[in-house]
Amino acid sequence: MRNKKNAFYIALAVPGIIWLAVLFVVPVYAVLSIGMGKLNQMYEAPVAVWNPFSWSSSNVIDVWRDLFGSASFAGPVAARTLIYVAIAAVLSLAIGYPAAYFVARFAGRRKALFLVLLIAPFWISYMMRMLAWIDLLSTGGYVNKVLGWFGISPVNWLGGSSVAVVLGLVYGYIPYLILVLFAGLDRIDPALIEAGRDLGLGRFRTFVHVTLPLSRQAILAALLITVLPMLGDYYTNQMLSGAASTSMIGNLIQGQLGTPGLEGQGAVLSMILLLVLLVPMIYYVIATNREAAR
Amino acid sequence: MTATNAPVPEAPDAPGAAGSTAPPASAPARAGTQAARRSWLPWRNPWGHPWFLEGFTWLYLIWSLVPIAIAVLFSFNNGRSQSTWQGFSWRWYFTDPVNSVLHNPQLHAAVIQTVRLSVLTTLIAVPLGVAFAIGINRWRGPVPATFNFLMILSYVIPELIFGVSMFFVFTTLFSTVHLGTTAEVLGLVTWNVSWPAIVVQARLVTLGSHYEEAAADLGANQFQVIRRVLLPLLAPAIFASAVLVFSGVIDDFVIVDLLSSSAGNTPMSVVIYSTQHGGNGGPALNALGTIMLAMSLIIVVIGYVGYRVLTRGERGGGLAALTAISGEN
Repeated sequence: MRNKKNAFYIALAVPGIIWLAVLFVVPVYAVLSIGMGKLNQMYEAPVAVWNPFSWSSSNVIDVWRDLFGSASFAGPVAARTLIYVAIAAVLSLAIGYPAAYFVARFAGRRKALFLVLLIAPFWISYMMRMLAWIDLLSTGGYVNKVLGWFGISPVNWLGGSSVAVVLGLVYGYIPYLILVLFAGLDRIDPALIEAGRDLGLGRFRTFVHVTLPLSRQAILAALLITVLPMLGDYYTNQMLSGAASTSMIGNLIQGQLGTPGLEGQGAVLSMILLLVLLVPMIYYVIATNREAAR
Repeated sequence: MTATNAPVPEAPDAPGAAGSTAPPASAPARAGTQAARRSWLPWRNPWGHPWFLEGFTWLYLIWSLVPIAIAVLFSFNNGRSQSTWQGFSWRWYFTDPVNSVLHNPQLHAAVIQTVRLSVLTTLIAVPLGVAFAIGINRWRGPVPATFNFLMILSYVIPELIFGVSMFFVFTTLFSTVHLGTTAEVLGLVTWNVSWPAIVVQARLVTLGSHYEEAAADLGANQFQVIRRVLLPLLAPAIFASAVLVFSGVIDDFVIVDLLSSSAGNTPMSVVIYSTQHGGNGGPALNALGTIMLAMSLIIVVIGYVGYRVLTRGERGGGLAALTAISGEN
C-alpha cells in the first residue's frame, strides 16, 4: 500500500522533473559547453564541447583579457554596471522602504487601496512604463516643458544620460522591492512595536531598535529580488539612452548572441555573471525556505 | 490601541545607553520635553498619524503612476504629439489606415502572438507545475529535494542568463526546434512553471495531510483523494498561479526577445522595444502599450474576483486575494 502510494506521487512529479532536466539543467550546461568549447573557423559558429575533459580555455582567456587586460573593453562596462546597480538599489530602498512601511503600519482601513496603487505598476508592462518616461523626457516632453517655466533650456535626457538610466532602473524595478518589503513589514507583530513604545522609546528609536532589526530579512530579500534582474538588464538603457557610454554587462552579452565568432565569449560572460550571482541566489533560496518552514 | 492617548510615562533611562553620556544637568530639560512630546509637533507624539510618511507615499504614487496615465492618455491623441493634446480619437487603435494597431501588420501580429503565447504557456505550465508540487511534496528523498531546489533556482536565476541558455540550446543542441513560437513557449513554460510549483507547494504545507488521511480512512482511493479533496482545497492556489503565469507572459520581454525570429512571432513587448529603440516610436506604440495594460488589467480583475469566490469563508479577504495574485504569500 505504502509503495503504491509513493509510486503514484512519483508519477505526478516525473513530468516536471524531466521538463526541468531537459529544459533547465541541459541548457545551463549547454552555455558552459559552448563557453568552454571551440570555434568552427569556417562558419564562425560556436561548437559545444560536452565532455569536460576536452574543454578549451580560449574563450575564457579572450574574455579575461577583455575584462582585466590593458586594452580592456569589457572592464569599464562591468564597473559601470556595478555602479549603476548599486546606486539604483540604494535609491530604490530609500524610496521604497518609507512607502512600504507607511502602508504596512499606518494605512489602517485604506490599506487595500494603498496596496492596489503600490502594486499597480507590477501589472503594467515594463516596456509600457519605459515608454511613458520616453514621452516625458523627450526634447519637447513635459519634463523639459516644466523646466522651461523656470528658464532652464531643454535637456537632452535621452541622449546617453546616466541619470536617466539609473532613474529608469529605479522606476522599473521598485515595485518588486516594495511588494517584498511590504509583505515583510506587514508580518511584524504590532505588539512588539507597542512594547517598544510602552517602554519609553520615541517614534524614531522604536523604528531603529524594533522595526528595522525585524525587517532585516525583508530588506535583504527585497534588494536581491531587484539587484539580480538589474545586473542582467540590457533594455532599460537601450530604451532611455541607446548610447555606448551607458552600456551595461547585459548589453555585452546580448550583443554577442547571434554575432559570428563572439557567441562563445557571450557564453563565458553569462557563466561569469551566473557564478558571481550564485552565492546570493542560493542564499535567497535557503532564506525563503527557512521562512516557509517556520 | 484605544488607551494610547494617555500620557506616556517617562521611562527611566537605560543605565548603559543614554545615562552614561547625558550629564545630570539635563534633568530639568527633560521635564520640559514631557509636555512637548504631546504637543502639536508631529514627531513628538508617538501615536499621531505620520503625515510626513503619508505625504511621501503619495508623492511616490504620483511619480509611479502619473507617467503611465499620461502615456495612456496620449494614445488617444488625434495627432503625433506626445505632449500637446489635439483632441480625442481612436486613430492609433483602428481608424488610421496605415499606422493604427489594427492596420499595421506588425503591431496587429504582435497582439495575436502575445495572446497565443499567454494561453499556450498557461495551459502547459500550470498542470505541469501543480502535478510537480503535489508529487514533490509527498515524495521524500534526495531526488525530489534536488529538483525542488532546481525549481526554486529557476525562479531566482536572472532572466538574461536563463534566456541565453535557452537561446544556445535551441540554436545548437535542439536545433530542430527553430527560434520562433515553439522555442518561445518552451522557454516561457520553463521560466513560469515555478509559479504553480512554488505557490501550490506553499498551500500544501499549510494544509497538512489531515484531509487526505481522513478521506483515505473513509475509503477513498488515490484518484478520489486528489480529485475530491486535494484539488478543491488547492483551487485558490492553482487559480492564483494561473493568473501569475498568464500576466507574467504578457509582460515578459527577455525570453521572447532572445527566442523570437521574425515579425510573425514577435509579441507586443518586443515590438515596443525594437520599434522605439529603432527610432520609429509614435502614438501607435502607446496604443499597443495601452492594449497590453488593458489585457493585464482584465486578468487582474478576473484573478481578484475569482480568488475571492474560491476562498469564500476564509480569513484574509481582499488583502489576501491581492497579495496572492501578485505572487506574495
